Amino acid sequence: MHAMGLRGFTERLGRRFAGGVEDFGHGAMLLGESLFWILLGRWWQQPVRVRAMVAEMMQVGVLAIPVIAILAFANGAMMAMQGIYTLRDFGAESQLVAGVATAVTREFGALITGIVVAARSGSAIAARIGTMQMTQEVDALRVMGISPVRYLVAPILAALMLMMPLLTVLADSMAMVGMAVISALQLNMGFATFVDQVWRALTPGDVWQGLAKSFIFGVMIALIAASNGFNAQHGAQGLGRATTRSVVLCICAIVVTDMIFTFFLIL
Amino acid sequence: MASMSASKVLMGEPVVEVESLGATYTGIPVLDDISLRVYPGEIMVIMGGSGSGKSTLLRCLLGLHRPSAGRVRLFGQDISGLGVRQWVVLRKKMGVAFQGGALFNSMSVGENVCLPLREHTRLDPNTMRIMSRMKLEMVNLAGFEHLMPAQLSGGMLKRAALARALVMDPALVFFDEPSAGLDPVVAADLDELILRIRRAMQISVVVVTHELESAFKIADRITVLDQGRILMTGSVEELRNSDIPRVQRLLTRTFEEQPVDPEAYLRRLTGGAD
Repeated sequence: MHAMGLRGFTERLGRRFAGGVEDFGHGAMLLGESLFWILLGRWWQQPVRVRAMVAEMMQVGVLAIPVIAILAFANGAMMAMQGIYTLRDFGAESQLVAGVATAVTREFGALITGIVVAARSGSAIAARIGTMQMTQEVDALRVMGISPVRYLVAPILAALMLMMPLLTVLADSMAMVGMAVISALQLNMGFATFVDQVWRALTPGDVWQGLAKSFIFGVMIALIAASNGFNAQHGAQGLGRATTRSVVLCICAIVVTDMIFTFFLIL
Repeated sequence: MASMSASKVLMGEPVVEVESLGATYTGIPVLDDISLRVYPGEIMVIMGGSGSGKSTLLRCLLGLHRPSAGRVRLFGQDISGLGVRQWVVLRKKMGVAFQGGALFNSMSVGENVCLPLREHTRLDPNTMRIMSRMKLEMVNLAGFEHLMPAQLSGGMLKRAALARALVMDPALVFFDEPSAGLDPVVAADLDELILRIRRAMQISVVVVTHELESAFKIADRITVLDQGRILMTGSVEELRNSDIPRVQRLLTRTFEEQPVDPEAYLRRLTGGAD
């Protein structure tokens, strides 16, 4: 009985692992094909439509601005409050701006943007492609000689690659505003002093690190969500599962990738 | 019955040629040794009960399902070895009207019909609009181009899908269950429409259906599938006169009594327990 349980466990583990490898392969294939259409589509007389890309940029980027702005502002303010509380014990409140500004630009701006976009657009992309898969719209594209990857995935990928760094700049800025408000209220720090301290504390490398991460997060969200959408099956329940899986995987991938990035860039 | 006789249409190189085709679905064999030909201008109906493999056969013909054996040739080209560009060229010669229409819900009917033109041609928008209106007129949907798919009835959806399938002036059109889910009057209208379009555009048509009445009305030849194999291929008359018992049962809708093994039945009920 014990041996059978162990065997069942290893079988399930093996199946999960094989499924993971398959998912990774599917994602890699989607990335390769999307980049091919983005870069060479025009030469093949099958361009990725600018109109579709702009529509996606609106969906994944512009419409996410209010949520990202509010969350980043709140996050900046919270980090400032926690920072003041911790640093006060050491009499080091003057180091607040340098510490929080670096953390926000390197980590939290990109992280908040990634998580918000994954939750908003990761689910929407998976649901949209999954529904199209189930109603044979994806098959209809194929039989019309239109590559579903070019038509559906490439505009999303291009939009996320462009919009994620821009949204991260917005998130960084809003977090700074949040921090500036708390610094003004708690430390009586003037705005000019705050800006001066931020300017001294940050290096271009800090900003680029956050932007590079957000670019990678954008690619991951597009591929994970599209892959889950294409693999959705078994009706409404399957679609719900694909949508949930898409969001969970996107967020996990973002956090783990962020950690790996940080490990190699800092240590 | 279709106005064009079988002998008249069986001329020229076949537009669809299937040789010893086999296919599996999640490892289970669903098609075995399927061979058939569709000739220019012919309406071939592929008929069979639920689970007979006709939808899988259609997916193999469309290049959406990879066969496990045999080959499919469309317009003389073996589709198994086609590259992306060759597929695009080939697909421009084909149109497909899916069972549920498969119209894009985010686009209006007019935009749906225009889509293949927009993606495959460099025509100006006005010309595309005129061409799509012509096809919508052909399927009696002129004036409905501004509606969204969700606003259409079942019959209108199928006609809009047909207009989209015809917009590139294909030489071959596939229909997946054209009359499924429609009331008899609308289904009869759609059958007439298929015949009229074949006459007007001189196209070959492959229809997958399980509706006997519809099949008899439009078919030049019918291929009957059963449990993944072809029972027979022939004209409507040949089908009616067939002495193959399963064909006759399909035509007369006779219930087939299955012999029951009491012990196996009990085992199934108890899940194999003693």
